Formats: sequence, structure tokens, C-alpha cells
Amino acid sequence: MTPFEGYEFTKRHCLDISDFHRADIENLLALGAHYADLDVQKHGPRDVLTGKTLINLFFENSTRTEKSFELAGRRLGADVINMQVASSSVKKGETLLDTAATLNAMNPDLLVVRHPSSGAPSLLAQKVSCSVINAGDGMHAHPTQALLDALTLRQAFDGDFSGIRLAICGDILHSRVARSNVQLLNMLGAEVRFIGPPTLIPTDADQWGVEVFHDMKAGLAGCDAVMMLRLQLERMSGAFVPSKREYFHYYGLDREKLSHAKDGAVVLHPGPMNRGVEISSGVADDPEISLITHQVAAGVAMRMAVLHGLAEGIR
Amino acid sequence: MSMLTLTDIRIMDPASGRDETGHVLIENGRIAAIGETPVRGEVIDGRDLTCAPGLIDARVKAGEPGQENLETLASASRAALAGGVTQIVVQPQTVPVIDDLSLVDFILRKGEALPVDVHVAGALTKNLDGRTMTEIGLMSDAGAVLFASGPDPIEDAQIMRRLMAYSATFNALISNSPVTPSLSAGTCAHESDVSARLGLPAAPAISERIMAERDMALAELTGGRLLIDLVSSAETVNSIRNAKQRDIDVAASVSINHLALNELDIGDYRTFAKLDPPLREERDRQALLRAVEDGSIDIVVSDHDPQSAGRKRLPYDEAANGAVGLELMLAVGLKLAAEGEIGLMPYLRAATCAPAELLGLEGGRLAVGERADIVVFSETDPWVLDSDKLLSRSKNTPFDGRRMTGRVRHTIKNGEIAYSAVRG
Repeated sequence: MTPFEGYEFTKRHCLDISDFHRADIENLLALGAHYADLDVQKHGPRDVLTGKTLINLFFENSTRTEKSFELAGRRLGADVINMQVASSSVKKGETLLDTAATLNAMNPDLLVVRHPSSGAPSLLAQKVSCSVINAGDGMHAHPTQALLDALTLRQAFDGDFSGIRLAICGDILHSRVARSNVQLLNMLGAEVRFIGPPTLIPTDADQWGVEVFHDMKAGLAGCDAVMMLRLQLERMSGAFVPSKREYFHYYGLDREKLSHAKDGAVVLHPGPMNRGVEISSGVADDPEISLITHQVAAGVAMRMAVLHGLAEGIR
Repeated sequence: MSMLTLTDIRIMDPASGRDETGHVLIENGRIAAIGETPVRGEVIDGRDLTCAPGLIDARVKAGEPGQENLETLASASRAALAGGVTQIVVQPQTVPVIDDLSLVDFILRKGEALPVDVHVAGALTKNLDGRTMTEIGLMSDAGAVLFASGPDPIEDAQIMRRLMAYSATFNALISNSPVTPSLSAGTCAHESDVSARLGLPAAPAISERIMAERDMALAELTGGRLLIDLVSSAETVNSIRNAKQRDIDVAASVSINHLALNELDIGDYRTFAKLDPPLREERDRQALLRAVEDGSIDIVVSDHDPQSAGRKRLPYDEAANGAVGLELMLAVGLKLAAEGEIGLMPYLRAATCAPAELLGLEGGRLAVGERADIVVFSETDPWVLDSDKLLSRSKNTPFDGRRMTGRVRHTIKNGEIAYSAVRG
């Protein structure tokens, strides 16, 4: 497949969903769908990123995202290096910009960054001469997660999910996944709802183009898809929520609560899951309902598409 | 089929504003007719007497579980009936603290066997630690009508903000002690010339106002329902009045002690008048009376707090706070009304329909079809309070030896006469 036929993809970085307009997104998703074919993904031409270097720079622990980018890079033929921040000079007091200058001197082509501070990848992007891909920054954005979720939904809804109603449930306040998903899903024409206790929903979230619910059953009414978010267990202190028991009772997704959504509603979760806290195993493991493993599969394909797209720009 | 008629009695119902003389017919536990009605069944001659809805006391410490030597739910309910109180809300600072579903359930089950309605205020934080949220949703669903901070306030504003935001989901009412710990820690009196001369460590009245203002600002931010519990100063009353004008969902309570007493009642270090919040100046007391009359303070509570004599007979700053008050809940109001200090109707409103509405309880009104929870009292009986005769297991009252005017004669619960005063 020739990507971006009759269309020039000119974006250099992938920092936030708002960096892209709808045509970019549609083309990326189309390319993602192309790579989702395992035959193409594993046995297709590996020359897209030949001779290119991809550095995974993770300031936060992550297994699945880092490995997903590594696989995506390798399947496109790139040389992939994983920077272990724990053993790097950051621990010795080097600032982010020092690290950027050092990395830049090694001339990478693609830099995948995860950082606990919102905005860190965009600061890096200003200081390095390669493409920067945000793999999650603080509570700000996680654009490739949103794209892979969109790809998963597109597959589940036969190529077009505009007009569907989707609820994002749980700890939205601390979630970069929720923020990126709202932007992308709104752009693609889905109706998005937030469900969670007021302590875990940002003030004025209703101005983001979503409807906010504190009662899960009311919020799930008529939903075609439900995206559960991970509840960090440290939220039990600090008076965000009282206990796992109460959280699961009011905001954990089980079959009973899911029955308030539309028949045949699908469930997503960015992982890793807390079974029995935000989602019951019965729902999470039901292949008729759960798209969770599809999301992981779509992750590699979608990241291949993003890397491919940015490679067009740096060619 | 049980029937009871109160004849030729002054009927005062604050909910409707009804104040007239007539009959009240009670059938099968409910009020069947009011006014010109046939006399049927048992008769209470109501000439020279008044009736009102059974009182609701929204702040009672019952000692159970854990401090049954001071009070049990059973002894508290006997004291309540003697005071004209037919519904009580017990506070969470028991041993253990009522911070869990099972303890809410325990109290409610115990209450089912008792002659008054027992409601539960759950703890706002685990073990009242001021930091860890309790299962407000589950406890609310189990029947807790209020969530209280306990004797110490939620000091951390961020925690309080989240508690209020979270509880708003369940439309739960939460109360915080209006005290600024950094101003009040280690003190035992109101800061004034009186406490200065007595040499007592004292906190300024603004300690109360600062915390009340903070909490009202948080209520405005979060949309949570707030009860400012036990207001004691004129400054706080002004703040509440302002907040209510801005439509903030805030309610306030005051204890009978603070309506009837001031700092001079401490006299020569009388620890039975040692309370939390402390008794303040006469101008504060006057402001509290006016606030109950105009509704700025929504409810009157007894702040029933049984303490043993041993914990009271100590040097002033070492003695325990608190006074029993269930049996005086109506009597103090009658005394204040007889002395022209407050209208009887607004006092009754703050002890009947106002707490019923605030806490979402049945009762608190006299109307056809309502449950027959009624107190019958004389507005004029003179008597002297003897603390030894209190039915409460603890006898700590600052009103011991006081001349009173007006007294409960009968308390009717669900249409049955549950208490009658011994005449003489």
C-alpha cells in the first residue's frame, strides 16, 4: 500500500491530537488499518524505516507502550534503542534539556518520549532536530493511545464510528488517555460522556464538549462503547475515593451496570487493569464484550502508522 | 384500633404556621383530624396546655457502643422522651467510631427496638482521622443521614474540598466543626476580658468564623451540602447570613446551651459549663437568638454530651467538655420564650420541621395523615431543675438548680403515650 496517496503528510512531531487535522487522522487510521493485517505487519516490506534510528526515552515505567513502539519500529526496519532512564545520567542530576542535547548529538531520527511532567515532550521537541513522539506526558496527552483506541473502535464498528455514544469512566482527572481520547473522538464525530465521582473529574469538564455524569447507570444509558480507566490505588489516600469496595460498587463495571448500556456495547481499557476495582473479570475476559486485547494488537499497528507517517516528513 | 384525643389544646405547628386551640384526634398512630373534631378514645384534657410536633434532636452523643457507663441508646431514648424529643441523630464519636457500614447498621438495628427514632450520623473520615474518606456512598445508602467531622475539624482544605465534592454525588449532608485548630489548640475558653481575668487559655471568636467561611467557600465551589455545626459567635452568624443570601447550600445549628447561657455562667470555674465551643459573650447569645428567629440558624440541637462526674470535677482546663441536654431540649426553649427572649414558634420550627427537612426525615409536623409524634406541654409550669432527677445516665448539666418555666407533660410516639411527667 502506498500511504497518503494524493496527500502530503507533513507533520514532524506527534505531541498532541490537536497537532493534527481531520485529514491527517483519517490517513493515519487508514494506514493503521493497513498495518493491522498481520501478514502486512510481520511479512511486509521492512524498508520504511531502514537506516533510521528510533530512541525510546521513558522517564516513567511502562512495559506495554515501550515494547509496542519497539516492535513497531523493528517491523518497519528501524534500529531501536531503549534508554533506561533509571540507569542513565538523569539520575545523576542531568536536566531534561541536557539529555536532549546529548541525544541530539547521536542523530536519532525518531524520539519516543514518556515523561511524568505535562509538556516535557514539547519542550524536547523544541530542542532536538528529530521527530518527537509523545508516549504519554503527565496528565496532558497520550495521542498514540487515543489513535489506537480509535482504530480499535473503527474495527469494531465496521469502519465508521461517527455518531456512536461512548462513555469514559473513572479517574478522568489524572488521565492523559481521557484527554487525548476526548479530542480525537469529538473530532471523529462520536458523542462522549464522562462518568466518575466529582473528585476524579476535572472542574468544568463539561466545557470540553462532553456530558458529565456522577451516576454510572444514568451515564451508561444508550452507550455503544464504554472505556474504563485505571484507578491508581494511591487515590484511596488523599480523599479522592474512600475504598475499593465503594468504588467498585458505584463505578466498577460489571455485567449489571453494563446492562444499562446498549445491547452489544463493547468495553475498552487502556490497561493495566485493576480487576475488581474498576472492572470485573467477567466483563474484562468476555471476548464478546471486551476489546482490551484488540487494543494491544491495534497498538503496534497504529504506532507503525504513526512512525511511517512521520518518516514521510523526514525523508 | 387505638384512639386518643387531645381536647381544647393550643396546637402549634411550625411547618404550616398553625397556632389555634382545638382538638387533635389520633387514630392508629397517625393524626386523623385537627380542629373541630369528635372526641374519641382516650382523652387528654388539653386546657392550659400546648401541643407541638415531637422534637428532633440532630446532635446526640449516646455513648454506645463503647461508653455505656455514660449513656446507652436505651437511656438516651428515655431521656429524649422526657424532653419531648421523638427522634434523635447520634454522633459518630463512639468507641469504635461509626465509620463503617456495619456500625451504621448496628445502631439502626438497636434503634428499632427503642421508643424513639434513632438516626445515625456517620464519620466523615476513618476513625475521625481528618484525612481518609469513609464509604460515604455505602453508609448513605445504609441510612446515615449526616456525615460529621467529629470534635476536630477537617483541617486540610483540599481534603475538605474532596469530601464535599464526593458527598455531593450522594446528596449527603456533611458537617464540620467550625474551629481553626491553629487558633484554638490548647484553649478552653472564649477570648474576652472574662477569660482573661480568670486566666484561662482562650481562643478568639474568629477561630470559628474563619473555618466556617472556608467551608462555605468550599460548598460554593463544590456544590456540596454543608452543615455548620454548633455556631456560637455573632461573627459566624453574620458570615452565614451573607452566604445564605448568595444561595450557598449551607445550614447551621446552635445548641440550647449557647442560646441560654453566656461566659458569665462559668462563674467560679464551673466545669459543668465547660463546653465546646466555649460559652461566649452576651452579645453573641443575643445574635444567636435573633439568628434562630430569622432562620439564619436553621436548627437547634441539645448537643447532648454525657460525661462522668470524675471527668468534670477537675481543674477547669483539664475537665471534659460537654453537657447533657436531651431532657432540656424543649424546657430551655420554653424558659427562653417565657422570658421573652425568643418566640416559641421559631424555636419549635428549629427543633421540628427544620431538622426534618434538613435531614430528610419523616415527621416534624402536625397535619392530618402525619405520624402522631406529639409533645404535650405546659408553657407556664414553674419548676427547679434537679440534676439527680434526670433520666440520663450522666447528670452533667449547667442548668442544675435553675428555675425553669414550662415543662413536658406527655410525649406521644406513633400515637401511643410514651412518656408522662410525674405530677407534683
